[in-house]
Amino acid sequence: MGDPIIQVEGLYKSYGAVEALRGVSFTVEQGEVFGLLGPNGAGKTTTVEILEGMRTPDRGVARVGGLDPEKSGSAFKEKIGAVLQSTSLPDKLRVKEAIDLFANFYRHRANTDDLLRRFQLEEKRNAFYSQLSGGQKQRLALAMALVNDPQVVFLDEPTAGLDPQVRREIYIIIEELKRDKKTVLLTTHYIEEAERLCDRVAIVDYGRVIAIGTPRELKHSSMGTTRIEVRLAKPVMDGALARLEGVADCREFDGTYVLHSARPPQTIVALVKQLESENNELQSLEMFSPSLEDVFIELTGRRLRD
Amino acid sequence: MPANAFTNTWTLTKVRMRLAMRNRTFLFFSLIMPLSFLFFFSLVFGKGQSGWIAYILGAVLTMTVMGSFWGLSVQLVMFREQGILRRFRLAPIGAGPMLASSILSNYLMVIPTVAIEILVCRWAFHLEFWGNLWAILLLITIGSAAFSSFGLIVASVTNTMQETQVINQLIWTAFLFLSGTTVPLAIFPGWIQRVALFMPATYLATGLEAAATNLAGAAEILTDVVALAIGILVAFEISRQLFRWEPEARVPGRAKLWVLVAMIPFRSFVIYENIAGTRLLRIHLQYQMLRNREMPEQTHQDR
Repeated sequence: MGDPIIQVEGLYKSYGAVEALRGVSFTVEQGEVFGLLGPNGAGKTTTVEILEGMRTPDRGVARVGGLDPEKSGSAFKEKIGAVLQSTSLPDKLRVKEAIDLFANFYRHRANTDDLLRRFQLEEKRNAFYSQLSGGQKQRLALAMALVNDPQVVFLDEPTAGLDPQVRREIYIIIEELKRDKKTVLLTTHYIEEAERLCDRVAIVDYGRVIAIGTPRELKHSSMGTTRIEVRLAKPVMDGALARLEGVADCREFDGTYVLHSARPPQTIVALVKQLESENNELQSLEMFSPSLEDVFIELTGRRLRD
Repeated sequence: MPANAFTNTWTLTKVRMRLAMRNRTFLFFSLIMPLSFLFFFSLVFGKGQSGWIAYILGAVLTMTVMGSFWGLSVQLVMFREQGILRRFRLAPIGAGPMLASSILSNYLMVIPTVAIEILVCRWAFHLEFWGNLWAILLLITIGSAAFSSFGLIVASVTNTMQETQVINQLIWTAFLFLSGTTVPLAIFPGWIQRVALFMPATYLATGLEAAATNLAGAAEILTDVVALAIGILVAFEISRQLFRWEPEARVPGRAKLWVLVAMIPFRSFVIYENIAGTRLLRIHLQYQMLRNREMPEQTHQDR
C-alpha cells in the first residue's frame, strides 16, 4: 500500500466557545470509500470542509494528495470534486448550463452529455434549477462534483433529507465511483449508508474519532451481541432487565429498552417470565444483528440520531 | 491577472448576463424604469426644447448607470446568503473573476438601455443633436464600472440582505437628489453643493449632462473620468480584499475602517475640487445657459 491520499493529524477547530474538532486523525488510501459516521454536530462537516480548503484549522495537519488544501490553490482544486451539505445554484440556471459553466473552470473536463446520461438528467437538461426535485438537485450536485474527473471526491451528507428511493439511486452512483477507483470521503449519519458503501468507517462524536475500522471489524468489536428492542406496557424497575440471562448491556431510549444479549433465546424466555411476575405486558419486540449503531451506543451511550 | 482568470471572467460574464435576462425584476429596474423616467421628465419638463431634453437625457443616463450599484450588491449578497458563492469557491476561480464578471456583465447590459434612451430622445422627443457621443460612451463606461464597484463594496461590508437594502436606500436617495440628477444642483444652497462634490454621482451627472447638451469640452470630461476612474480602482480593490464566500462569514470591524482609509485618494481629489476646482462654477453656467435658452448649436461633427 502506498502513501495515503488523505492524511489528517490532530485537527482542532473551534467556533467561539464551541469546540467542533478536538484532535481528529485518520488516513484514507487511494481508491478507498471512507466514511465519517456520527450524529449532527459531531464535527464531520468541519473536517470535510477543512479538507476541501474551505475552512482553516486552528491546529493540526490536513493533506490531500500531498497538498495543503488551504495553500495549494488551483492545483489542489483541480484534483478534487465535492458535494457540499449546504449550497445552491441560481434559480434560473439550466441544468446543462450549470455543468458546462463549472466544467469551463477546469483544465481536465468530463463530457457534459456523458454526465447528463450517467446521472439521468438528460430529460432535465434544459430545466431551470428551481424546477428540479430534491433528488434531481442532488444528482446535479454529484454530476458537478465530477466535471473535472477528480481523484478525490468529498460527499458531505449526500443523501440527507432524500426519500429512500432517491437515496438508493445515490448509493448506486457512489458504488460506480468505487468501481472507477475514485477515492471517496463520505460523511453520513445513516448506518445503512456507511455499512453498504464504505470500505472503512471512522465513528466521530463530539469532535473526536472514537472508533475506526471496516464495518465488519467494528461490528465484531461490539461484544458480538444481538440487539433486542422491547416496548413494555409499564416501565420496569431500574436494572431489572440488565440482570436477565445473557444480557450484556441494557439502556432505555424514549420508552424503548435496548438490550444487548449474547444468548438471545434465553434472554427472551427470561424477559417473558420477568414480565409475568411483575404483571407487565410486552407491546413489541424486535431483534437486530449487531450494527454500527450498536457500536455507537456502546461507545457513547447515545443513539446516532439523539 | 493570469490568462485563465480572463477566461473565467468571460465565462462568468456570459452566464450572469443570461441569468439577468431571465430575471423580470432586473428588466423592470434596468430598462422599464429608466425609460419611464425619461418619458415623464421629457413630457413634463422638456418644454419641447432640445436643450432641456438633452439635459434630461443626461440625468436619465446617470440614473441608468447608477442603478448598477443596487442590482449588483443585492445579487452578490443573495448569492452569498443562499450558499451559491460557496459552490463557486470549490472551483479553481478567485474573487477577482467573480467581481470583475459582475462589473463587465453589468456594463454590457447597460449599453443597449443607453442606446435606446438616446434614440428615444432623438426620434420621440425630436432632440436636434446627438450630443458628444464619444464623451457619453466614455462616461457610461467609466461610470458603470465605478458604480458597479460601489455595489460590490456595499455587498462586502454588509452581512445580510436587510442591511444591504437599508444602505442601498440611503445611498440611492442621496445620489438621486443631491447629485444634480433629479434636481439641478445649481438651485441648492452653497453648502449642499459643496457636500454634493463628495459624491461620485455628482461627477457622473455633471459629466453626462454636459456631454448630452454638447457643453462638454475634453478637459471637463477628463476630470470627471479621472474622478470616477479613481473610484473604480479603489472600490474594486476594497471589495476584492473584503470579499466573502461564506454566508456565516462576518466582515470584521477593522475592515470597515480600512474602507475609510482606502478612500483617501478619492477624498483628496474631492478636497481639491472644493478648494481650487471650477466644477460648481461650470454647473451654474450650464444651468444658466439652459434657463436663458442659450444652448449651443450642434457642432459640425454632430451633423
